[in-house]
Amino acid sequence: MPDIEAMDQQHLSAPDAKPEAASSSDPATTAAQEVTVPEPEPQSSGQLRLRVVGALLLLLRLGPVLILGVLVLVLSNLSPVFATTQNLGNVLSQTAVIAILAIGQLLVILTRGIDLSVGSTLALSAVVGATIFGSGHGGALTVLAMLGTGAAVGAVNGLVLVYGRLPHPFIITLATLSIARGLALGISGGQPIRGMPDIVGSIGGDSATWLAAWLPNSTFLLAGVAVVVTIFLTRVVWGRWIYAVGGNPDGARRLGIPRSAVLISVYVCSGLLAGVAAIVTSGRLNAGSPTFGDLAELDAIAAVVIGGASFLGGRGHVGHALVGAFMIGVIRNGMNLLNIEAYLQLIVIGVVIVIAVESDVLRGRLESRFRVLKSAAS
Amino acid sequence: MNTPANMSTAPALAVRGATKRFGAVLALDEVDLVARHGEVLALLGDNGAGKSTLINCISGVHRLDSGVIEVEGKAVSMSSPSVARAAGIETVYQDLALFDNLDATANLFAGREEAVPAWLPRGMRWMRRGEMSRSSAQRLDRLQITLPDRSSSVGMMSGGQRQAVAVARSAAFASRIVILDEPTAALGLRESRQVLDLILRLRSEGCAVIVISHAMDHVMEIADRAVVMRRGRVVGEEVPRPDNRSRLVSLIVGGEG
Repeated sequence: MPDIEAMDQQHLSAPDAKPEAASSSDPATTAAQEVTVPEPEPQSSGQLRLRVVGALLLLLRLGPVLILGVLVLVLSNLSPVFATTQNLGNVLSQTAVIAILAIGQLLVILTRGIDLSVGSTLALSAVVGATIFGSGHGGALTVLAMLGTGAAVGAVNGLVLVYGRLPHPFIITLATLSIARGLALGISGGQPIRGMPDIVGSIGGDSATWLAAWLPNSTFLLAGVAVVVTIFLTRVVWGRWIYAVGGNPDGARRLGIPRSAVLISVYVCSGLLAGVAAIVTSGRLNAGSPTFGDLAELDAIAAVVIGGASFLGGRGHVGHALVGAFMIGVIRNGMNLLNIEAYLQLIVIGVVIVIAVESDVLRGRLESRFRVLKSAAS
Repeated sequence: MNTPANMSTAPALAVRGATKRFGAVLALDEVDLVARHGEVLALLGDNGAGKSTLINCISGVHRLDSGVIEVEGKAVSMSSPSVARAAGIETVYQDLALFDNLDATANLFAGREEAVPAWLPRGMRWMRRGEMSRSSAQRLDRLQITLPDRSSSVGMMSGGQRQAVAVARSAAFASRIVILDEPTAALGLRESRQVLDLILRLRSEGCAVIVISHAMDHVMEIADRAVVMRRGRVVGEEVPRPDNRSRLVSLIVGGEG
């Protein structure tokens, strides 16, 4: 891999260049030195270790994508059905909900938080939508009500977290997990409510026949969400602040970043995306049911962590949420195709979560080791 | 005092009658402090003397119970860190307040990202990332700070480089007043030297620099004035010279000087 080579070269030689560079103000010569500077003899074992640690870090970073790739290859070989377009459409449509929830969860986890309420919020949102539609309102109002319900639950999470001065969002989102599910059951009387507007049905249930009959519309919705959130996180100031709050909450406050508003906003976004996921789910099944999204929060959290975002906050991007969601989707789909029993799927996904969290911890340790080695080399 | 002619007649920073309580503890008791342009003021004192509380109040992290903070002769209500920053007060905290997950440029611009358009609320603006990257390179060059790689995350940098980023963040934006809390505490000899040089460069650019430090050698070398605090009060002020070093130390520890 040429990337490892290039990365290490940069890191390795940089400390050597530093003392000299302090006197030379020309960045061009410094850059040239970085590439050509010969490695001093006595430090070669340290340099080697630095190189190994750097390579391991890169491997950890690419790990989830590699594993997903291997999974897809293996399953394509084991099952003749897996790589068909029809099955691919299935995977896409099953994964869209997890992935949308995971993108919302990513925003929360970036700020060192967790949102346990998204599965219940999805159900409440779907039930509210079905009720509104059932009482004779149109598609636009139904969609707005679904999104609004999600955002409202998210706002409760964020506001109580910040103004209730809670040390951690675990408890408040656990409470809204229970409250939202209870409301959904109460409003619906415990029964699914049949019927959803056409627009919801076409987003969640139909395929993009104009392009390819197997390609579900929800994939486009997911792609849209992914692109918007990516742009928001990488190009908009607020996105930068989300990373800052996750990286150093207290430091963010001392630098004048509106920490409370940032925290509240990520829970509102997560709730809003639960509303979007509700549209997909209830569109696919043409109903709003209080049992929707049962344990979906666990899939969403698992997806973010499996995909390689840091559970400790501040590190991760939309790609991580997507890779993680597809890994879960592919594992489920593949094991179904191979007739592996459901309990084994649960165990496998659990094991994958443990591996993912452990590699996050390992990454942290390797990074500090990298830092120590680098200062020793300078 | 012994400082050269000031850039403006009013001192860069004047604190008068600053008082701050934390419950029953009187952390600051009628503290007066003046910092002038082009001088380095050392703020000395034992642990718990109130130095950190004082600078936290000046930088808007805490609010004074009573007392006035004036910048360039005008009273400013330091209600939040952003007010202090807007008034030209930059602080390098002892814990550096860096974002390990972001690169040097992002750290430099944290909380004051260059973004457009101006009519949108600050948080909703589009970041000018290329502009920030160019500008951070220029500012670091001006301060003669060299980083191996401005695009690698600060968490991967060595202690001295992290300190340099933190100092640069405060120094790079033509601020009037730069406060440094224990800037050399975690550093080796060479790295300390770089930070001290940086402080002297800030002074020559006309900044008012306030340094909290326990390292008396560094205080002797760079400070134009030293103010000593004990139990929330200012107990003495000296021009640090080799011959009054022992008097400064005894002021700090509370013996009879």
